[in-house]
Amino acid sequence: MLGWELWPNNSGGLGVACYHMSKALAIAGATIDFVVPYTAEHDVIDYMDVHCATKLSPLERNGLGAYDGKTVIEKELSKADVNNLKDMRGVQKRYVQYVKRLAKVTQPDVIHAHDWLTMEAGMGAKEVCDAPLIVHVHATEFDRSGSDSGNPLIHEIEYQGLMMADRIVAVSNITKNIIVEKYGISADKIEVVHNAIDIVNLNDGYYYDFSTYRYLEALKNEGYTVVLNLTRFTIQKGLVNFVKAAAKACTKFDKLVFLLAGDGEQRDELIRLAADLGISDKIFMTGFIRGKQWRDAYSVSDIFVMSSVSEPFGLTALEAAHHDNAVILTKQSGVGEVLNSVFRYDFWDEDVLADQLIGIATSYVLKKSMQEDVKKEYGRISWHDAAWKLMRIYNDMQRVALS
Amino acid sequence: MSKRGIVLYLHAHQPYRVRKYSVFDTAVSHDYFDDPDYNCERNNEQVFKKVADKSYRPMNALLEKLLAIHPEFKVSLSITGVFIEQAEKWAPDVLDSFKRMISTGRVEIVAETYYHSLAFFYSMVEFEHQVEAHRNKIRDLFGVETKVFRNTELSYNDSMAKWADEYGFKGILAEGWDPILQWRSPNYVYKPAGTDNIKLLMKNYRLSDDVAFRFGDKNWPDWPLNADTYNSWVNDAITDKEIVNLFMDYETFGEHQWEDTGIFNFYEAFIGKWLENPVNTCYTVSEAIDAFEPVDEISMPYTVTWADTERDLTAWLGNSMQQEALRYIYSMEDDIMRTNDLELIADWRKLQTSDHVYYMCTKWFNDGDVHAYFSPYESPYDAFLYFINVVRDLRWRLYVHHRTGGLNG
Repeated sequence: MLGWELWPNNSGGLGVACYHMSKALAIAGATIDFVVPYTAEHDVIDYMDVHCATKLSPLERNGLGAYDGKTVIEKELSKADVNNLKDMRGVQKRYVQYVKRLAKVTQPDVIHAHDWLTMEAGMGAKEVCDAPLIVHVHATEFDRSGSDSGNPLIHEIEYQGLMMADRIVAVSNITKNIIVEKYGISADKIEVVHNAIDIVNLNDGYYYDFSTYRYLEALKNEGYTVVLNLTRFTIQKGLVNFVKAAAKACTKFDKLVFLLAGDGEQRDELIRLAADLGISDKIFMTGFIRGKQWRDAYSVSDIFVMSSVSEPFGLTALEAAHHDNAVILTKQSGVGEVLNSVFRYDFWDEDVLADQLIGIATSYVLKKSMQEDVKKEYGRISWHDAAWKLMRIYNDMQRVALS
Repeated sequence: MSKRGIVLYLHAHQPYRVRKYSVFDTAVSHDYFDDPDYNCERNNEQVFKKVADKSYRPMNALLEKLLAIHPEFKVSLSITGVFIEQAEKWAPDVLDSFKRMISTGRVEIVAETYYHSLAFFYSMVEFEHQVEAHRNKIRDLFGVETKVFRNTELSYNDSMAKWADEYGFKGILAEGWDPILQWRSPNYVYKPAGTDNIKLLMKNYRLSDDVAFRFGDKNWPDWPLNADTYNSWVNDAITDKEIVNLFMDYETFGEHQWEDTGIFNFYEAFIGKWLENPVNTCYTVSEAIDAFEPVDEISMPYTVTWADTERDLTAWLGNSMQQEALRYIYSMEDDIMRTNDLELIADWRKLQTSDHVYYMCTKWFNDGDVHAYFSPYESPYDAFLYFINVVRDLRWRLYVHHRTGGLNG
């Protein structure tokens, strides 16, 4: 299995998903060699072999930047310098070499690559060992870039990976449709396996600390409702529409506050927008948070909003459900395919979001019903179901390969 | 001795669905029931016209035909006040057809609440008003008196039977539910516990639901059901007994079971076969009550309905959103009535229609069986959201009228 990140080392959603998915696959009977592009301790992982392709630290794995589109990635892999590990493409080239060597030695039954970052390595491995390649799509360049067109080289790598793959796994029907419509791939080749959430992992002795967000707690005592949007501040996340809807809602019901947890290139724009709309004192920006502050942000909140313009899945919605939030999702968020007890709106429809926010904030029964009902629902979504689907796909492909 | 007979009873109803009424409409516009998008499933005119074409017109035509060719064919109907209002606006020919049917003297109208409400469980004053309003409407429109009562969703309990008895009805309808009947058969006339004169007719739910729910279901072992088979089932059920009560929604014909399932031809053929046998006949609900004496007394201390496997009110009052929505509505009663504002009172009453809280039912969501959720809204939470925005607008109108009280109920 090929992944660019793996929990617990400085990982985002992809690393968390890879961790739990591999674990559930191991329980389902898979033997996994997982290759990461950096060197780190993986003490907590005893269910598979983790291979480190470079000597870089987890923080340095992307060379100069993360995959937020800021780093200009324009080199063909053949032109990248394998010794220049300050360059993202150099790291990726090294990763491909490592994976090819490993594939030759271990002769895997199936190669499973996550997102464009490891697609070239997946294709390389397929060449040397002739095992079927599964490309697992958590996000495409179209999702990451929001409305603009994104990086053409990354598009090209994604296109090649999707073409070369023997089978494609998409994390939602939304993502599947993007692969069909934007990359011209046949729908028959794509299976949807929704992500899940590991509840055991969330029940790790965590307790909510009221002092983390003391001011918000005081506002709650005065009858305020706390609305959380926990995300990266990039165009893909639809935060401009969100802030405008927040201002609209406040014209009708004043006792609302908005916790914007995260950071990103849109931060200053959002601060300016809130001031222009006259709701600066209602918007709370935390900056990038993790650990306790991150968990407590969910706990202090009453309503969680996922405002994304395009969200392949959206694990945070399940985390919010776990922490007793009422959940509002854009219709463009994949996680909506596995949750029913939620409000949905089109990401541009500020009036509808404002109405939903006020409705929940001003009706105790609506708030309680949505919080309790979605909590009953999310617990049914299990990584074990996802793993069994993947095992079936593995087995089907081996049968095809053997016949 | 009276002949054995089937008692056919059909219930026709359409609610005034609430549009996507947002908080930005509250205190600004009071048009709760006019969705601007004609083609959406909340647009009452569009829905009524669609169902009229699919169900009311073809079924009325069939009933008129059966009345013409079979002198013994009889049927009972209940038609809600909100149905009649909408038909007057959007399909007056359907009402003309009902008038022709009633003028044969072989079609009886059953009494109920005008607004298809659950008022009995909240306010007896309001409940009686709605029963009276319905009787008046039926008298004005069709020139007949109602004598037999059914409550919304066939909900029934002992105190309701007592009320209907004292009110002067000679009969009342209820579900023939096994835990109540136990070893007894629904195919007789019964006497409700604690009453003096009134009689009880109980739905034969197996034979009724074979038509209403299962007829078009290709996974049902008895699909496709033909008139001969069904006629033999009804004959088996009525052996040594008096009546078989076949109670169902009017919209079974053409809307719940589409025309292409063969439902209309089936019904026509079944009536023909049933009446071919000279020992068989059809009764209206009043005639069945007059023809037979009660064989036993039936008691239902708790409310029983004809809905779901539970046969209770949980689809309407099962969760806190539904309970709160109706609590808000009924808590306004006095303030609404003393405005004497007829438009406001009518709007308030339309919001009592049970369909509104039915759309807020979450039990199928919680069971993971979302496909069982029939609603013009995206979710029960959306249904509640629009409703609560309307409740606030009612409070606003009360505030404007009385210039007293707050906006919080």
